[in-house]
Amino acid sequence: MSFKYDNDSDFHAKLIADVLSQYPGKAAKRRSKHLSVATSETDANAISECEVKSNIKSVPGVMTIRGCAYAGSKGVVWGPIKDMVHISHGPVGCGQYSWSQRRNYYVGLTGIDTFVTMQFTSDFQEKDIVFGGDKKLEKVIDEIAELFPLSNGITLQSECPIGLIGDDIEAVARKKAKEHATTVVPVRCEGFRGVSQSLGHHIANDAIRDWVFDKKDIKFDPGPYDVNVIGDYNIGGDAWASRILLEEIGLRVVGNWSGDATLAEVERAPRAALNLIHCYRSMNYISRHMEEKYGIPWMEYNFFGHSQIDASLRNIAEHFGPEIQEKAEKVIAKYQPLVWAVIDKYWQRLSGKRVMLYVGGLRPRHVVTAYEDLGMEIVGTGYEFGHGDDYQRTGHYVKDGTLIYDDVTGYELEKFIEGIRPDLVGSGVKEKYPVQKMGIPFRQMHSWDYSGPYHGYDGFAIFARDMDMAINNPVWGLYDAPWKNDRILAAVAG
Amino acid sequence: MPQSAEKTLDHAPLFCEPEYRKMLAKKKLKFECPHPDQVVSDQREFTKSWEYREKNLARQALVVNPAKACQPLGAVFAAAGFERTMSFVHGSQGCVAYYRSHLSRHFKEPSSVVSSSMTEDAAVFGGLKNMVDGLANTYKLYNPKMIAVSTTCMAEVIGDDLHGFIENAKSEGSVPRDFDVPFAHTPAFVGSHVDGYDSMVKGVLENFWKGTARSEATASINIIPGFDGFCVGNNRELKRLLDLMQVTYMFIQDASDQFDTPSDGNFRMYDGGTKINDVKAALNAEGTLSLQYYNTRKTLDYCRAVGQATTSFRYPLGVEATDELLMAISDISTREIPEVIRLERGRLIDAMADSQAWLYGKKYAIYGDPDFVYGMARFIMETGGEPTHCLATNGTSAWEDEMKELLASSPFGKNAQVWPGKDLWALRSLLFTEPVDLLIGNSYGKYLERDTGTPLVRLTFPIFDRHHHHRFPLMGYQGGLRLLTAILDKIFDNLDRETMHAGVTDYSYDLTR
Repeated sequence: MSFKYDNDSDFHAKLIADVLSQYPGKAAKRRSKHLSVATSETDANAISECEVKSNIKSVPGVMTIRGCAYAGSKGVVWGPIKDMVHISHGPVGCGQYSWSQRRNYYVGLTGIDTFVTMQFTSDFQEKDIVFGGDKKLEKVIDEIAELFPLSNGITLQSECPIGLIGDDIEAVARKKAKEHATTVVPVRCEGFRGVSQSLGHHIANDAIRDWVFDKKDIKFDPGPYDVNVIGDYNIGGDAWASRILLEEIGLRVVGNWSGDATLAEVERAPRAALNLIHCYRSMNYISRHMEEKYGIPWMEYNFFGHSQIDASLRNIAEHFGPEIQEKAEKVIAKYQPLVWAVIDKYWQRLSGKRVMLYVGGLRPRHVVTAYEDLGMEIVGTGYEFGHGDDYQRTGHYVKDGTLIYDDVTGYELEKFIEGIRPDLVGSGVKEKYPVQKMGIPFRQMHSWDYSGPYHGYDGFAIFARDMDMAINNPVWGLYDAPWKNDRILAAVAG
Repeated sequence: MPQSAEKTLDHAPLFCEPEYRKMLAKKKLKFECPHPDQVVSDQREFTKSWEYREKNLARQALVVNPAKACQPLGAVFAAAGFERTMSFVHGSQGCVAYYRSHLSRHFKEPSSVVSSSMTEDAAVFGGLKNMVDGLANTYKLYNPKMIAVSTTCMAEVIGDDLHGFIENAKSEGSVPRDFDVPFAHTPAFVGSHVDGYDSMVKGVLENFWKGTARSEATASINIIPGFDGFCVGNNRELKRLLDLMQVTYMFIQDASDQFDTPSDGNFRMYDGGTKINDVKAALNAEGTLSLQYYNTRKTLDYCRAVGQATTSFRYPLGVEATDELLMAISDISTREIPEVIRLERGRLIDAMADSQAWLYGKKYAIYGDPDFVYGMARFIMETGGEPTHCLATNGTSAWEDEMKELLASSPFGKNAQVWPGKDLWALRSLLFTEPVDLLIGNSYGKYLERDTGTPLVRLTFPIFDRHHHHRFPLMGYQGGLRLLTAILDKIFDNLDRETMHAGVTDYSYDLTR
């Protein structure tokens, strides 16, 4: 956190003005509210300056990178719960495109007692639109009960047409839950709801509250050190690299939400002593609910990069008192040699490198210090679907002059990257290839570019290695054909 | 502590370390409330049985692991094959995020598509405003020559009138009056991506051809490739053959350059594609030839309606299908097939003869789009293989009839079964109860490979977990070599794996094959 650098505020302000000048007037006005330059941390107004307009509708026709409510519910919150069958209820596409794409690692026998990397759909046809799909949905649930008897529950993830034609999936859920004596959760996450995947997270959280909590007589003996890990989707095994640390400091992780989770872990959550929330954006709603209804406190933490991991472990331990604090110090000490070996190895290769980020829920701020732990500087960051409170939190992480862009459009991002020419861009698969064509190293920061985990100390070693392999890859030096390179031609000419 | 800076362990080895194994075992035992191991293994065995197969095939409502996507994806792919064309999908924006990701994950290339970003208010009041604003923004920001509009299921359910909306947008000055905005209705609850492809190509042709009379036919052939994840390799290979034949041709919809731009420091949002003037001129072509029938039914009807002769292939793979393709081109163009192509053909036959013993009698399961399954089954029979299971989730009963006719034409098709409308979970049962030697399809088949032990050859869209396959052709005689080699490699790799256990099975670990 002591890493000092500033970004070029004036230059970034000019970049913003340049891109806005290209829009038709109405769109320029709307977009201008989403673009900003952060002011200094020490400035009392820092947070408000960083607080761009967010969580409002995307401008039509501009290539937003955002997804939809269905993506938020099925793709993020519910989909990774492994022992339930999640039905993509509606036409075939949504389930197909989200099938097995988020690397939510789990252990289990797929198709037998585990179902995350499968695509279950009611495959709506025209007649279902005309006559309604409730009858078909009932049959779908019956067939799941027969063919997948070890599934521990079913969720109904609504696609756009369901809400538009007015199907009563709640009634179907109630009826079928009773008939099959199982959990059936309807989730009204139609893609047109809200302005991004964010509303899908909220709706999914509400469905847990309304359709899972307090529905069964749970036999479970809570302990004083029980915690739930909330908002870790186990991308590339993140939740495991986190869990091992929490267990080492003496806590009992009773629920992992929702990567590698079972329904039982969700059901028991209200008995825990503390909720630890990593992806605040996607899961703060249910944490707040558990605090209000069951009196369970919640705490945000950040397991990216050693300085945040150290600080988070200390914060968490403080909640539980001296015994856990002592263990936490031991764990931090145990991993210090690994941390310093990683930094020793990569600092020379990475320090001073400038990074632009554009990701989803927590990463636009949470990974900032992980980069800084390696001597790297964040020049720009923004959220696909952040809210005001996300940008407020971002103010604590970013440096003076950082370019801030909310719901950035393909056009703006391309122009910002061209203008800044950072040493690395971290964003998603849709952004990866355009950026690489420009000759700029890139890492997918949703999926860890098929690597990971990045959480925890074990993950930090992988994170550092990956950033080095991206930035220092020899391929970036091969972009110019030598016969097109004036310098080389001049040298050859002697 | 297993992790180190010197030898950083990735997820695969990291989680095999004892610390993690212990942690995961404890999690399962104490917190997951799992079913007893015996119950799980019993169920696993049951899913391999004929009894489970009967239940599985009797499914009427539930679809599990379908091998098809929805219409707009096909429309977006189609639009990518025209000069400086921006795809504009009218509806909820999440769909576009999905299409772009899906195409990028297959091609490892950018995919530029915009959405009209409709939300609740548009669901109530219709999406006209989104169309008017959206077209204006797309036109200004992305400098396209054409904007191709397709729909999502949302826009279709609320009944938005594309033609009227586009006219309205033009009246309001979103784009100039004479700017080309072809459109296609592509509801996701009808057909699949192949129908979306068909509708969009037809929409583009109608945009340019409607109201224009055909003048005297030019000696040119239109070629429509169809939805093809291998378009990069295939289109280029076909162009090479056509150039060798000195034929005048026009690809209508060619995404081979758009999904294969070079890395040289510049991001090209648009590259290649059929030029707009060429689309206009294509009205007067001698005839239109489609490489995939089920991808182009409506388009071909339209081409016939304007007076063109049409011919359609079914994803021409292998020797005889390529022969027929070249002869058809030769017939229409009255150009001879040159000797160099005959020699190429001979080299493919030579390769097939050299390897025939390894392929004869092998049983296959093939799945994918109807045209692909047809073409692949035909090639497999040429190698002496048996296409035991032919499955297309988006296959119709007409396709089933065609498949049966094809299979009946060869003794190698005698025991084949055709499965229209079935999904990959059904195929799992088929593979357990009536096993085959090889599975041919897309990346989703890797789960079938794991469950049933059937080696998977990835030869169609999408391929997410292997790189660069789409850069090499499957069509033509050169493509035939690639098909042959891909299948043989899988057979030999598998054989090596089975025979490599030192001192146990390695007596058959042969050097020369």
